[in-house]
Amino acid sequence: MDHYAGKNVFAKVLKFVVLAILLLFVMMPFIAVLLNAFKNNADILDNPFSLPKSLSFANFTNAIQTMNFFHAIWNTVFISVISVALVVIFSSMTAYYLARHKGTLSKVIFMVLVVSMIIPFQAIMIPLVSIYGSLGLLNSKWILIYLYIGSGAAMAIFMYHGFIVSDVPIALEEAATLDGCNSVQTFFLIVLPLLKAMTSTMVILDLLWFWNDYLLPSLVLINPNERTLSLSTYAFYGSHSVDYGPLMASLLLCVIPIIVVFLVMQKRIISGVIAGAVKS
Amino acid sequence: MESKRKTSWSKFAIFALPTLLIFCTVIIVPFFHGIFLTFTDWNGIGSTFHFVGFKNYLYVLKDKVFWSDMLLTLRYSLFTVLLSNLIAFLLAYALSTGIRGKRFFSVGFFTPNLIGGIVMGYIWVFVFQHILVKVGTDLKIPLLSTNWLSEPDKAFWALVIVSVWQSVGFLMLIYVAGFTGIPQELLEAASIDGSNSFQTLRHVVTPLMVSSFIICVFISLSRSFMVYDLNLSLTNGGDPYNTTEMVAMHVYVKAFSALKYGAGQAEAIVLFLIVAIISGLQVYFSKKLEVES
Repeated sequence: MDHYAGKNVFAKVLKFVVLAILLLFVMMPFIAVLLNAFKNNADILDNPFSLPKSLSFANFTNAIQTMNFFHAIWNTVFISVISVALVVIFSSMTAYYLARHKGTLSKVIFMVLVVSMIIPFQAIMIPLVSIYGSLGLLNSKWILIYLYIGSGAAMAIFMYHGFIVSDVPIALEEAATLDGCNSVQTFFLIVLPLLKAMTSTMVILDLLWFWNDYLLPSLVLINPNERTLSLSTYAFYGSHSVDYGPLMASLLLCVIPIIVVFLVMQKRIISGVIAGAVKS
Repeated sequence: MESKRKTSWSKFAIFALPTLLIFCTVIIVPFFHGIFLTFTDWNGIGSTFHFVGFKNYLYVLKDKVFWSDMLLTLRYSLFTVLLSNLIAFLLAYALSTGIRGKRFFSVGFFTPNLIGGIVMGYIWVFVFQHILVKVGTDLKIPLLSTNWLSEPDKAFWALVIVSVWQSVGFLMLIYVAGFTGIPQELLEAASIDGSNSFQTLRHVVTPLMVSSFIICVFISLSRSFMVYDLNLSLTNGGDPYNTTEMVAMHVYVKAFSALKYGAGQAEAIVLFLIVAIISGLQVYFSKKLEVES
């Protein structure tokens, strides 16, 4: 029995060590960026593993200016927050209608939405540019937000629909109607609060998508002033290929906001991501 | 009855119509307009074009680069899907069989998923160009002492490694969720019956994880098949010498750099058909397995 317990402890320690080494490998690129963001170019090229000699923020001021960082992060926050809020409101309302009115029309609409989810972005990319470009609608944040609502709707409606059918009791709505609520009041006062769990999943999934997206914004936001973080990082790398210090600083600036939010909300984010993957 | 129908239409106008209009103008109209474009010679500017019949599709059939990029993308997807699922499954198994700091490890392994393809690719450009080369020359490891991104074959593996690095933590979470669904009594029964941990994994755990496998394989397959951002940042869209250009990149270049919109869109439609077939197979297999279990 003692021998068995000893072997068990040994296996557990071994497993822990192996996982810790793997985790270190996974974290290595972030550590590399963190170490080198404070060094000058010569020090980086000389030895990327050395600790910074002094804590210099010169790279950061350079990066912030060149990539117009505060402007870019403002654009990214603006676009992703408004898009997420609108996707949630529009999709939950539509899902509610489709879940509560089971006519042929609802069935057909729901089918079209589900089937449309297999269309890859590449299949509509060229016509989007053709249609919206010829109407002179490109190059605005609001058009990008509009495109995000359209692109995110099918998946969000699908997920809300499943949740409403299985988890929202219709009796509550009937009671609200008897108490004199109209359908819009019933939805916003009674139903929407009950959808909180699904809403937090949708917010996390779509926020990660819109925040990190590159291809669609690159087609829509042509004016440098409208650039999001992904776009300005790409532009920065295109213009500045030799000076590693500011490049590392720019990467760190892009990574930090997401990591901070993740560490604060890790529990919700992880359960939201799992729920999103399993249900879709 | 009459009044109910009336309210239903007004409800439809308030609750569903706005979303459906946006959805149609963003997805459905462009999709059919895209099919229409494949039968024209539209050049991207202006409103003049001619109908050219199936010329664009014939062009696709003859476009050798498109098909070699397609094969490359399939090869890349194959390795990415296999490696990331294998590693994610083993990690999830290790985390699910009792370990200190389970939460800490899950959070840590998941972190790369938060970073978008552009930033992630540039981080790894630095790793491949400087970190690994430094390690290789200092420790005299020939495999690492050159920049992987400047050699065709190694640049391909660089793409696979970075994709696996990113998706492992995400797939692992789904597998962990699958493992927690397995009743503990089953594992205990297997252990009492004298099955060792490998046998338990092979004969008891794996069959119960089929639905997790299907979810994970499908997610990693659709992610890797449509890879674009990472291709753009890590290998600059195909470096060295256009050997790492994936098929999504090819469609973009065909339309927006070579200005062959009709041909580019025809290739996008071919891509769509392949994705549709893969999705169909996925639905078919998960339905079939659901029925069996």
